[in-house]
Amino acid sequence: MLEAHHLEFGFRPEQLVLNDISLALSEGEWLGLSGDSGAGKSTLGKLLAGQLSPKDGRICIDGGPLPARGLSPVQWLPQSPELAVNPRWRVAKILREAWQPPAALLHAFGIQPAWLSRFPHALSGGELQRVCVVRALAPGVRYLIADEISTMLDPITQVALWQALKTYAEKHRLGVLVISHDTALLERLCPRRYHLTQGVLAASG
Amino acid sequence: MLHIDRLTLQLPYYQPWWKRRWATCFEQISLSLMPGEIHAIVGASGAGKSLLACAIMGLLPEGAKTSGQLVFQSEPLTPARQCQLRGRQLALIPQSLSALDPLVRSQRQVSWAARRAGQAKANAWKSAGQALAHYQLNDAAQRAFPHELSGGMARRVLTAMAHVSHAQLIIADEPSVGLDPRQRERVMAALKALADQGKAVMLITHDLRHALPIADKVTIMRQGQCMETTTARAFQGSGDTLSSGYAKSLWQALPDNAFSLPVAQVAASKEPNSA
Repeated sequence: MLEAHHLEFGFRPEQLVLNDISLALSEGEWLGLSGDSGAGKSTLGKLLAGQLSPKDGRICIDGGPLPARGLSPVQWLPQSPELAVNPRWRVAKILREAWQPPAALLHAFGIQPAWLSRFPHALSGGELQRVCVVRALAPGVRYLIADEISTMLDPITQVALWQALKTYAEKHRLGVLVISHDTALLERLCPRRYHLTQGVLAASG
Repeated sequence: MLHIDRLTLQLPYYQPWWKRRWATCFEQISLSLMPGEIHAIVGASGAGKSLLACAIMGLLPEGAKTSGQLVFQSEPLTPARQCQLRGRQLALIPQSLSALDPLVRSQRQVSWAARRAGQAKANAWKSAGQALAHYQLNDAAQRAFPHELSGGMARRVLTAMAHVSHAQLIIADEPSVGLDPRQRERVMAALKALADQGKAVMLITHDLRHALPIADKVTIMRQGQCMETTTARAFQGSGDTLSSGYAKSLWQALPDNAFSLPVAQVAASKEPNSA
C-alpha cells in the first residue's frame, strides 16, 4: 500500500500548496484525482513518486519509506513526454533504460518496431507517450502516477492507451493514481475519486 | 463566405542525394464557411488541420505546392489578395503563445493589430484597450508582458487581436489546449460571440467534445483526408446519424460515451502513421 500521511508542501515559505493531505492507494487500485489548474495536483503526484520532498508529513510504501536509490517502485508519468526523454537517445535506448519490455507488450501498446531506431522528435506526442508509459512498467514498479497522460491525445488514441494500461495493471496488480481535469474520464477509470481544491482533498465519488 | 474547393497541399522533403520528393499534407479538401457559423475542424495530430489554416491565410512555407481553389467573398483568394486581406479581413488566432512578441506589453501588441487593420494611431490604442477589457483583461494585464500572463490570458490577448481587426473570417487554431475548464469556457464563449456578430469562425481542434457545444458544423479530418462534414447535432446518442466509420468511432471513444474501440479501429490505430 502506498500511503501519504499529513503531507504539507509549499514552494514559498508563507504559502502552502498542499495542507495536511493524507491518502492511501492499495495494490491494484485505480484512484482518480481532479482539481483546477494550480490546485497542486501535479505537485502531489511528484511528492508521492518521491520527486519532491514534503515539508512535513511522510510517504510510506508498505509501512516503510521510499527507497532512496535504484528503481523507484512508484513511477511518475508526465504530461509532456517530450520533456521526459533524452533528445539525443534513440527510442530503443529510451525504452530499455530500466528494463527490456517484451515484444508482446510493445505490441499491446501499439509501439511499432520502426520507431525504435528514431529519435524522440520524430515521433508524435501520442506515440512518445506510449513509449514513456512502457518504459515505466519495469518489474519492480508497483504504483504509477499518471499525470494528465492522455490530455493531448485524440479520443481513439486515448482509449487505446488506457485499455492497454488497464490490462497490464490488472495482470501485475499495479496501483494507479490518475490525475486529470476530465471528470468523465476519471469516472470511467476510477471507482474512487478525490478532488483537490485550495490544498485540501475531498472525496468526490 | 469562404469556399474551399478540392484543395490539395504538397510539401517537399529531401532524400539523400538531394532528391526532392513530395509529401501530401492534405488532399481534395472541400469546405464552405458561412457567416455567423462556427465550423469546427476536428482531427488527430498530423491530420493537416493547422496546415489548412496556413493555406487559407497564405502562410505556407516556400516551395509548397497547392492545387484547388479558395474563394473568399465570391472572389478567388490569390496569394496577392491573401497578403492584402491578412490581418484585415482574415485573422488567425495562432496555436502557439510564442506568437506574441515577448518584449511588448499586451495593449501595444493589440494596438498594432488595430493599426494593421487601418485604424488611426490614437484610435488604435483606445480600441486595443477596449478589446482587452472586453475579454476581461484588466489594467494590470493590459500593461503586462506576455510572460506575466497565464495561458488563458495570453490566449485572450490573441483573441483580442483578431477582434480589433474586424476580420470577417477568424481561424482559431487549438484555442483551448492547455487551459483549465473555466478558462476554456471563456475562450470558447469569446469565439461564439464573434460568430454571433456575423463573422465566420473556423475552430481547429483535436478536442471533439468541447468543440461540439459551440460549433454549428463539424468536419472530421484524418491523415489529410476530409472524412465527413456534418452538423454538430449529428453527434449524439450512439452516433448512428454519422456516416463515416471514423467519425463514429471517434464519438464512441469519448469517455462520456462508450469509451470503447471498435475492433477494426484497434488494428487501424496500430498502423504506422507519419510523424
